[in-house]
Amino acid sequence: MAESDNIVVETAEKIFADLADPQTINNDKTNSWQAPLWQALSEAGLPLSWVPDDLGGSGASLADGFALLNAAGRFAVAVPLAETMLAGWLLAQAKITSPDGEMTVLPASPKDRITIDADGALSGRSRGVPFARAAKHFAVLAHGKEGVSIALVDASKARIESGLNVGYDHSDTVTLDKVQPVSIKAAPKGVDQTHLMLMGGVTRSLQIAGALESMLDISVRYSNERVAFEKKISKFQAVQHNLARLAGESAAALAAATSAADAIANAKSFNDEVYLEAASAKIRCAEAAEKGGGIAHQVHGAIGFTMEHILHRYSLRALAWRDDFGSESYWAVELGKLVANRGADELWPLVASR
Amino acid sequence: MTAALRFDPIRLPEKCEQLRKEVRAFLADEIAAGTFDPHKPNREDTDAPEFSRRVGAKGWLGMTWPKKYGGQERSFLERYVVTEEMRVANAPTRRFFVADRQSGPVLLKYAPEHIKMEILPRICRGEICFAIGMSEPNSGSDLFAAKTRATKTDGGYLINGTKIWTSSAHIADYMIAIFRTSQPTKENRRHGLTQFLVKMKQPGIKVNPIGQITGQYEFNEVVFTDHFIPDDHVLGEVDGAWKQATSELAYERSGPERFLETYYVLTELVRAVGPNPDTRSAEGIGRLVAQLHTMRRMSVSVAGMLEAGKEPVVEASIVKDIGTVWEQQLPHRVRDLAAFVEETATNRETLERQLDFAIKTAPKLTIQGGTTEVLRGIIARGLGLR
Ligand SMILES: Cc1cc2nc3c(=O)[nH]c(=O)nc-3n(C[C@H](O)[C@H](O)[C@H](O)COP(=O)(O)OP(=O)(O)OC[C@H]3O[C@@H](n4cnc5c(N)ncnc54)[C@H](O)[C@@H]3O)c2cc1C
Repeated sequence: MAESDNIVVETAEKIFADLADPQTINNDKTNSWQAPLWQALSEAGLPLSWVPDDLGGSGASLADGFALLNAAGRFAVAVPLAETMLAGWLLAQAKITSPDGEMTVLPASPKDRITIDADGALSGRSRGVPFARAAKHFAVLAHGKEGVSIALVDASKARIESGLNVGYDHSDTVTLDKVQPVSIKAAPKGVDQTHLMLMGGVTRSLQIAGALESMLDISVRYSNERVAFEKKISKFQAVQHNLARLAGESAAALAAATSAADAIANAKSFNDEVYLEAASAKIRCAEAAEKGGGIAHQVHGAIGFTMEHILHRYSLRALAWRDDFGSESYWAVELGKLVANRGADELWPLVASR
Repeated sequence: MTAALRFDPIRLPEKCEQLRKEVRAFLADEIAAGTFDPHKPNREDTDAPEFSRRVGAKGWLGMTWPKKYGGQERSFLERYVVTEEMRVANAPTRRFFVADRQSGPVLLKYAPEHIKMEILPRICRGEICFAIGMSEPNSGSDLFAAKTRATKTDGGYLINGTKIWTSSAHIADYMIAIFRTSQPTKENRRHGLTQFLVKMKQPGIKVNPIGQITGQYEFNEVVFTDHFIPDDHVLGEVDGAWKQATSELAYERSGPERFLETYYVLTELVRAVGPNPDTRSAEGIGRLVAQLHTMRRMSVSVAGMLEAGKEPVVEASIVKDIGTVWEQQLPHRVRDLAAFVEETATNRETLERQLDFAIKTAPKLTIQGGTTEVLRGIIARGLGLR
């Protein structure tokens, strides 16, 4: 795995390597690996990376948190780490203290809306909420007469319909029916649903890019082991070219995702340039998941299509992550509208802004 | 060990943004003065020699080279900005671009001092044009099959044979070429080629134009018959050109010109679609912009690696592979989306004319500067598969 001089990432990678080895996870049909992993991550303060000390978190920088998410993607971990980080980040925007334990965010789709009733209760539905069933609390972005607010909600107050995404992870429908939040505060200027979706989108982009890095690694390794026609399959030019394309897709995903993360981490405001970065990352990473994942499976032949093999832990999650916080076609339409609206002669200045 | 390649999200420093403004202003003036038409890619370039001199006078040629050779000792990132602004504006750069990107750096590294002093300042002033003599009728991808001979004679070499697909040979003042100085060895089939500086428009060199499917004449056949090259025009090690060739490639393959050659059709599509696109057009444009943005960030990142003194051969190959495949499919995607453009779009005629040209241009993009198949071979080597 990639060496890092980032202490947050180093800590996380060590925990993942010890407790989230993909083969061990794959063999464990009861999911008994999840509790010790979550405990170790929590003890290291990682789920609340983006929450400042005074709000109960460990106060890592946005940049460090993003790097951590990329590492989590490389291990394709299926615990609500990214979701709790996002929830903590959202709560911190409104200076709400984060509770202990698993969290997730609502809404998880740009089209769903949670509203604030006159008495301050929350209502609305959000589909495809990752790990809702596993969460003890939700960080909710809600719309009221006064504008946008951020709320902390006790998960037991919500109605949850179970679902699974294509990666076999919880992806649930959450309905709030006049639920009184634990706390609620106005969102600061600039933090709105688009902002939350793009933060979530970049989070997923970094995870997809990480999963692709691992798919490339295991595909290269496999091609150097598997023998057919008395040769390692890595010696066939057609296989080499497929792997070269996978390397390209993996590199493109990582470049798009890390560039967007860097843009957000250094942004003073959420302007068009940041929007371009974040939307592009989600679009390009989703495309890379489709193309790159296809190649990884092709190289592995039938073995990669089995539940015994670890490939699906990366490939299916990468495909599933495309759907959260706006799919690539959603963002492509939005980005296309933005570009068209700015006009033809403003396209290049936008692209060449960094 | 990870096989993944990282492209750090470097940002262009502030001074690049200042420079970008200067380049844009300069190009706007040139367009206003009628030097070139940014909406007409199939241009005649009649004023190109004068344009080159004006770019040179701005200090935008040989930007990264030492001052004593006429350079500016500026960064690769600054050069990058100039290149992309010229490319996006469709400026007539053909005359100076090869010298600036490739030939100059080769001379800097391998030419004797008096030749550097003579030629490099002239490149920087935009006075001279270079061509690259690599390909031969039976040696394209397989460069090491080149046969054109350089036979040792008194004070120099006699050249016999034929180069082909040589871009700009008809207007070039010089060519940097590889010729066979001895036979390959059993151990090393790459051995025996030497790099030379060739002065064009001399006895023993005949340039025959070759028409392209776009209707343009840009490349040529160059026939050498007992053409004499003096000893001091040998570049680098005799028989060792193979060692020199690879480091050039990162410069040739990762620049913005490797994904922006058909960019103009995207701008015109956005213009034709107008401020309120239907869903299909919006999605199409959004995806193309996301892909473009991603490649550009990778390309800027490689420029940063070059600036840091690295030789990112594999990374550059990835950018060229993804970039040229993208710019090749771009006109076809735009054509697809343009089917829904209103008849009344003000730039409809321009868009159609540009699409016609871009679709004819597209097939060459994955061939020039190294074919996609060869690049994927290089990437596969980088992955440890060969
Ligand atoms: C517009 C344009 C401008 C050019 N300008 C110049 C120039 O200025 N100077 C110059 O020297 N050259 C120039 N070239 C030539 C260019 O570098 C060659 O065309 C290129 O290297 C391919 O060589 P080839 O045309 O002989 O094709 P070939 O080498 O015959 O290849 C034909 C096909 O076979 C594939 N192939 C060949 N070998 C392999 C392999 N080992 N594995 C897999 N596939 C393989 C190729 O990828 C290609 O698809 C130019 C070409 C174009 C199109």
